[in-house]
Amino acid sequence: MSGGPTSGGAVPWPRDRLRLRRILTEVASVILVAVLLIWSLVPVYNMLLIALDPDDGDIEFEGLFWPPDPSLHSFRAVLTQGYWLLEDFWHQFGNSVFIGLMTMLLTVLIGSLASFALGRMRLSRGWLLVNAPVLTYAVPASFLVIPFSRLMASYGLSNSLWAIIAANVTFATPYAILILRQYAKLIPLELDEAAQMDGASPVQLYRRVYLPLMAPALAAVGTYALLLAWNEYLYQYVLLSSTRNMTVAVAIAQFFNSDEAPVNYMMAAAIIYSLPPIVIFYALRRYMAAGLTRGAVKG
Amino acid sequence: MSSAQQVLAAGPDVLDRPRRPPWRRHLHGSDFAWAIAFVVPYTAVFFGFVVYPVAYGLWMARDPSLYGELIANPLYVKALVNTALYVGIGVNVQMFLALLLSGFFMRRRWWIKALLPVFILPWALPSIPAFVSFHWMLIGEEGLINSLLAALFGVQGPLWFTDRRLALGSNIVAYVWKWLPFWTLTFYAGRTAIPQEIYEAVAVDGAGGCRRFVHVIFPLLGNLYLVCTLLSTLWTIGDFTTVSLVSEGAPAYSTDVLATLGIHYAFDAAQPSLGIAAMMSALPALIPVALILMRALQTRDVQL
Repeated sequence: MSGGPTSGGAVPWPRDRLRLRRILTEVASVILVAVLLIWSLVPVYNMLLIALDPDDGDIEFEGLFWPPDPSLHSFRAVLTQGYWLLEDFWHQFGNSVFIGLMTMLLTVLIGSLASFALGRMRLSRGWLLVNAPVLTYAVPASFLVIPFSRLMASYGLSNSLWAIIAANVTFATPYAILILRQYAKLIPLELDEAAQMDGASPVQLYRRVYLPLMAPALAAVGTYALLLAWNEYLYQYVLLSSTRNMTVAVAIAQFFNSDEAPVNYMMAAAIIYSLPPIVIFYALRRYMAAGLTRGAVKG
Repeated sequence: MSSAQQVLAAGPDVLDRPRRPPWRRHLHGSDFAWAIAFVVPYTAVFFGFVVYPVAYGLWMARDPSLYGELIANPLYVKALVNTALYVGIGVNVQMFLALLLSGFFMRRRWWIKALLPVFILPWALPSIPAFVSFHWMLIGEEGLINSLLAALFGVQGPLWFTDRRLALGSNIVAYVWKWLPFWTLTFYAGRTAIPQEIYEAVAVDGAGGCRRFVHVIFPLLGNLYLVCTLLSTLWTIGDFTTVSLVSEGAPAYSTDVLATLGIHYAFDAAQPSLGIAAMMSALPALIPVALILMRALQTRDVQL
């Protein structure tokens, strides 16, 4: 548009080119959306495809992208625990839920207490503890599983759900403290001072001022811990040995490692296992997004 | 987008306002006791479940001959190379794509906004189902990918897990698939934290997409990009689930990374010390990354 008219006929050129460019950009963005849609959904579709296969045996697609006669047979088998590897499915599901919820609660509790003390109260050697979370990540969780399992055996906690919870909390709290401390900076310290003037004790300050104002961040950290517990597999695989104490993650892996176990049952179990975190995630996403308005507590 | 990402992405300008801790002058008697009480649970977790296992692990792997044994083992050397490739390619590809895609999601079109909930599905899906699905999608001729290749292009797809490079590539793709949404949203939050006036000023100056990215967006998001890359590097070096489920180390343990090889030594070969040693041999790479991360986090929040 800035190109001045040099000679009569050349005027509309820049505008045409601009329009062409705009159209091309739109077309490219629609194509990119389609590609991303396929990219995100193909593995999920694959799970469904296998789970709906009516055969108990191996999978045979032979170029078919939808089973000839899809059946919910495999879902029924999982729901009614109708296969020997699925005997304790609902009990194991309960174990997974218990581990997830406890990890969430303890992470939020320990993380918020520590972030409150480190961020709002002046501890003279606080910086030492502030760096501890980052140090935790210097040694990945999987590298510690061997000494950890021995340790748990010596505490009498091998084959116990609490060992898994301890491991999950250990590796979820550092990130929680990191996030909570950053978020807490958005809450003006004058609030604390005012409450102190009114004679609030540290405990009251924590419960009445800190926790309510931190709610969005706590929800985010809690979801993170829950998803971490639901994603975790190695510690459960190493530490939980009896079928009754197993989690669904280990049960699915058992299917995976067995040669004759029906794949469609495994996929049906995997889909059912995936539902709770997906529901929680999408349900809380809105709530968390509402808490994102950082101006809510402007000082 | 979660508020965790929003906070991680919030630049120093948002966070650094003058702060005066109420207890600055002196943390007197009972307040000090409470502060200590508040950090005791975390300290206990840190010492009980991090420091102690690390020390125990180092003690188990103290024998120098273990490391000689490792170096002499071709599987270990392979795992070392695999880990470097897996982390080097996986993390960088993922971060770069995430940075670009976060810009794409900033566009105001309804179909782009509608894509977002679907795009984050891989992140919400637990890793076991996701990677098991990847494995079955790629294995053999009846896997979805190969039957798609045959139906659409008439090509016979390769056997993905019989070739080391293809199997390693499959692991990396599965890994990027699972974690790309998380980092995309983090950068998206970072971009929304950039004041609108900057975009407007740039538009007035007439800088195009590429120049805007190089001279404005990247300098502003640089530190966030560094922090995320380092964090992701630390998480990926210790990744066990992806490799153990997607390629299972096939063919013949040649795609094992340090984490899966260590577990394999410890639990299948009943040599826990060797397994620990294989994993602990990554410490020389891990510690510098953690130290740089500490620095990068500190430049983000000066007040500490």
